[in-house]
Amino acid sequence: MADIRLEDVGHSYDGGRTWAVRPMTWTWRSGRAYALLGPSGCGKTTLLNIMSGLITPTTGRVWFGEREVTSVPTAGRNIAQVFQFPVLYEEMSVYDNLAFPLRNRRYPKDEVDRRVRAVSRMLGLDAHLGRRSRRLDPGRQQIVSLGRGLVRSDVAAVLLDEPLTVVDPAVRWTLRSTLKEIHRDTGHTLVYVTHDQTEALTFADEVVVLKDGAIVQAGEPAELFLSPAHEFVGHFIGSPGMNTLPGEVADGLVRVGGQVAGRADGPLPPGPVRVGVRPEFARLGDGPGSPGLPAEVTGVDRMGAYDLVHVRAAGHPLVARAEAGSPYEPGAAEFVRFAVGRVFLFRDAVRCGQVVPLNGRAG
Amino acid sequence: MTLTEPVKDPVAAGADEPDRRPDAKPKDNRAWLLVLPVVVCVTFTALVPLMTVVNYSVQDIFSPSDRIFVGLEWFRSVTRDPEVRGAFLRTLLFSAQVLLIEIPLGVAIAVAMPRRGWTVSAALVVVALPLLIPWNVVGTIWQIFARGDIGLGGWAVNQVPGVDFNYTLDSADAWITVLVMDVWHWTPLVALLAYAALRSIPEPYFQAAQIDGASAWATFRRIQLPRLRGVLTIAILLRFMDSFMIYTEPFVVTGGGPGNATSFLSILLSKIAVGQFDLGPAGAFSLLYFLIVQIVSYVFFTVLTRSGR
Ligand SMILES: Nc1ncnc2c1ncn2[C@@H]1O[C@H](COP(=O)(O)OP(=O)(O)OP(=O)(O)O)[C@@H](O)[C@H]1O
Ligand SMILES: [Mg+2]
Repeated sequence: MADIRLEDVGHSYDGGRTWAVRPMTWTWRSGRAYALLGPSGCGKTTLLNIMSGLITPTTGRVWFGEREVTSVPTAGRNIAQVFQFPVLYEEMSVYDNLAFPLRNRRYPKDEVDRRVRAVSRMLGLDAHLGRRSRRLDPGRQQIVSLGRGLVRSDVAAVLLDEPLTVVDPAVRWTLRSTLKEIHRDTGHTLVYVTHDQTEALTFADEVVVLKDGAIVQAGEPAELFLSPAHEFVGHFIGSPGMNTLPGEVADGLVRVGGQVAGRADGPLPPGPVRVGVRPEFARLGDGPGSPGLPAEVTGVDRMGAYDLVHVRAAGHPLVARAEAGSPYEPGAAEFVRFAVGRVFLFRDAVRCGQVVPLNGRAG
Repeated sequence: MTLTEPVKDPVAAGADEPDRRPDAKPKDNRAWLLVLPVVVCVTFTALVPLMTVVNYSVQDIFSPSDRIFVGLEWFRSVTRDPEVRGAFLRTLLFSAQVLLIEIPLGVAIAVAMPRRGWTVSAALVVVALPLLIPWNVVGTIWQIFARGDIGLGGWAVNQVPGVDFNYTLDSADAWITVLVMDVWHWTPLVALLAYAALRSIPEPYFQAAQIDGASAWATFRRIQLPRLRGVLTIAILLRFMDSFMIYTEPFVVTGGGPGNATSFLSILLSKIAVGQFDLGPAGAFSLLYFLIVQIVSYVFFTVLTRSGR
């Protein structure tokens, strides 16, 4: 197994007018589990298809370790890929479907049988092996498709394109942990495309966030949560997503709606910025301090395990998370304090600094 | 729905036992009235003419006022007639050959046709061209095209050393000419039907086949062929019926000859009915002919649809 390296790889479906995947350089490291996260139409499937060779990229080169595979067809790449929707050989039984990738590659008969049975046991397909795959419900069909992707031993990577969307939610949890186990046992590089942040965060060693065909941030789940490098990551990950407030940097101070929220760390050219802070790092009830803003409570959502307090901070809506049963009432004047090191400044959606306390660490 | 079933009040039936089957619909026997216009049409276009034929087939008619009822005599004599039997076997052989050539060839053409790009339209036009030509013109074209002396095709074949191609004298040459003509004329139909079915296969199926390392043959066998079942059933039925009843083209090209080498059932029938004006035997002949086409088509249809379940 080897790293999969994309060197300046980009793809356009319309001869270069728009990019489905913008030219990017990126390495998928061998043996890791990646989650590829992004909104609909951001180029996730296109990126996977470039790796598996179903699409030849408009620009750039694809490397598997030391071997350049840009123009190598899919069959020569040894990649397993599972598609968004079930794709089955409908006339064949479940068993034959699972055996198909192995038989095409002339695995010995007993090896085929061993592997098919192993995969079917892991995915809970044992009872259905003899059935014609067309007769299964869509969820099970997708599990069979998944099984076809997992049955081979020799793959360079397993690419899963939202494999569990059509699967019953109750089964989804079990399958996700099965996938994790399989990944641990086989050590294949795994790229898992999903819309669902929980799925991404619980599943992956590393989460790659794609937006408009470009990678906006990649890192461990905690890193993406704690220090988003891009406004989109802040919004997309976490629930509810990061608050962003329009602000201004002048004389090293960050102002929101005329109020000083704190000091900008480092030299930052004066001008408009957006201040981003997650609800988890906005606290009410600690009294005035820095970084922070005066606020007025507008409403409280009682979520059971915790409360979400809606406020207007310096005139702008913001959500703060509080413990369940918090005493805040609409109309109350409060002060919202931001956790040090968790308030960021964004310019053109890209992180350009953070907000620090006005005087040293004291706040 | 059967006529004996009690008519249910749709609202009441829906209220106390909701039927959740997807095809659940209120039942109302008045719906049969909707079929009436078709029944009237079919009566005048098919049933009445057919009954006329039945009428002929059981009588010996000398003149409009002088006729005798002969029962099944005409049927008996027609089935015993060696000329009819010969024509029947010939037609059956012809249909079998037509199916064996046109179905695989049509599918092969459909598979080879491009799936996207400007070449799609070009390929479609080229393939569809023979279908746009009227039957008798097809016959005329081939009558000239296959001539050994002045026809391009016949002449070209004659350039091969040791071949003396002449469809007006040689039975085998005549047979081959009619067969090739039919293949040329009708394979495009099979190809277009198959192409339409192939186009409806979503792209991910082919992508999955690539990922799974399937060969071109395996892709065809496992993805394309299963999707062709429906249209191939139709194609086989159409081509069987049409080739079993072929008339115009061989009539124009060979006139059934040389000898009776290309004298198919339809050509013989028209000779008896129109040429000799033997309406009795012709009526019996027609009914048997009709029956054979129905039975064989039914068998094809049943076998082909059963095997898909
Ligand atoms: N075959 C194609 N031809 C033309 N444009 C395409 C094609 N496939 C995708 N696109 C366009 O490229 C962009 C990226 O598509 P892609 O399918 O990679 O997105 P995605 O992230 O997988 O979306 P989703 O989450 O909906 O699956 C989209 O704008 C889409 O419209
Ligand atoms: Mg997609």
